Amino acid sequence: MSEQTTAVKEATAKKTVRFEIQRQDTPDSNPYWESFEIDYRPNMNVISALMEIRRNPVNAEGKKTTPVNWDMNCLEEVCGACSMVINGRPRQSCTALVDQLTQPIRLEPMRTFPVVRDLVVDREFMFDSLKRVKAWIPIDGTYDLGEGPRMPERKRQWAYELSKCMTCGVCLEACPNVNDKTNFIGPALISQVRLFNSHPTGAMNRDERLETIMADGGIGECGNSQNCVVACPKGIPLTTSIAAMNRATTVQMFKNFFGSDHMVD
Amino acid sequence: MSRESDFYLRRLHSLLGIIPVGLFVTQHLVVNHFATRGEEAFNNASNFMGNLPFVLFLEWFIIYIPLMFHAFYGVYIAFTAKNNVQRYGTFRNWMFLLQRVTGVFLVIFIAWHLYETRIQKALGTEVDFDMMANILDNPFMLVFYILGVLSATFHLANGLWSFCVTWGIAQSPRSQTIVSYITIIAFLALSVIGVQAIFAFV
Repeated sequence: MSEQTTAVKEATAKKTVRFEIQRQDTPDSNPYWESFEIDYRPNMNVISALMEIRRNPVNAEGKKTTPVNWDMNCLEEVCGACSMVINGRPRQSCTALVDQLTQPIRLEPMRTFPVVRDLVVDREFMFDSLKRVKAWIPIDGTYDLGEGPRMPERKRQWAYELSKCMTCGVCLEACPNVNDKTNFIGPALISQVRLFNSHPTGAMNRDERLETIMADGGIGECGNSQNCVVACPKGIPLTTSIAAMNRATTVQMFKNFFGSDHMVD
Repeated sequence: MSRESDFYLRRLHSLLGIIPVGLFVTQHLVVNHFATRGEEAFNNASNFMGNLPFVLFLEWFIIYIPLMFHAFYGVYIAFTAKNNVQRYGTFRNWMFLLQRVTGVFLVIFIAWHLYETRIQKALGTEVDFDMMANILDNPFMLVFYILGVLSATFHLANGLWSFCVTWGIAQSPRSQTIVSYITIIAFLALSVIGVQAIFAFV
């Protein structure tokens, strides 16, 4: 038994994992690359590797360095905080398994967002956009408004898929039209408008949400490269949402111009 | 420039690309095809088109004004994208890039094509079969014109697809795929018509 364990330990101890990490000390300083080589352990993910580097911040040249900064929270791909560009593709580092990645594993921050430090980015833009598109359902009044209309169960199941969005920013990183030359709020936000507009109570503010995506940085900025739906870690049908909102805004545009008694519903 | 109007400008850009610009391009390629029936057939068709009643009004309102808006706003759209086909080499991402590349190329091609034909006509040169045959006699120009026609047919066909998506006509992935196939057929058909006409002058 003990012989076996040592044999396994010896076999795995020789294996190492090589990382190339794009680092940046301050929001305004220049990025630089630093390599790390750490011992392989079975079932490692990128985060456990980053933790290993944090425990002993020595780079591949054997020089002591500062620990690499990254963001994380839930560790089960539902919060979106640990998103980064791994081997060229934006995704969550918690579900990026080392065994499934080609080495050296290259980590970069999602540069669509302002970099705070190393792999930490500031996704404030998305949270501001959520406020802008009114991604909530108003239920408060000066008196008890009572129950809202019932939502058909099958529609709830369908809407649940859209509600899986965790505002991680991967679709914004993948989109060629989200950059510093445009104000595009990104595919995720368009899909959120669809989600809240399909809720029976949320639909009472349908037109207000549509107006927000018919403004600067709204749905008009979409160029149909359809990268978002390929990139989304939760498999949200983002391009279908965009096309659905394209149709809704088309109808709203005609209602606004020609007039209608169905501005809201 | 107020960017609040971007939504409406984008929709206008999408609409004008099909009506009237796309319809005009189709009509233009079809009329060019008379060249395959010989010099006289082409000259008759060309004279008919060039001598339509209210031709200046038609030219300005069906071609120049919509085309200029589509071209100049399109260049703005093309240069605000940060292309990433290296990262996502999907069919649609390539189409996205090619739509922008062909669009910018078409601005150059159409400007040159207008200078060589319409502006020369205004300066008193006869636009006929011989004029085109002379232009296409130059192998460089022949390649330039073939690229121009293929860019135009591609940009129109792919633009038809994105028109269907942008206006919310094709919503489901299945309908978008079917529209893709239809537009590929449109691209091939228009390309054959256009290139056949070019070779009729050679």
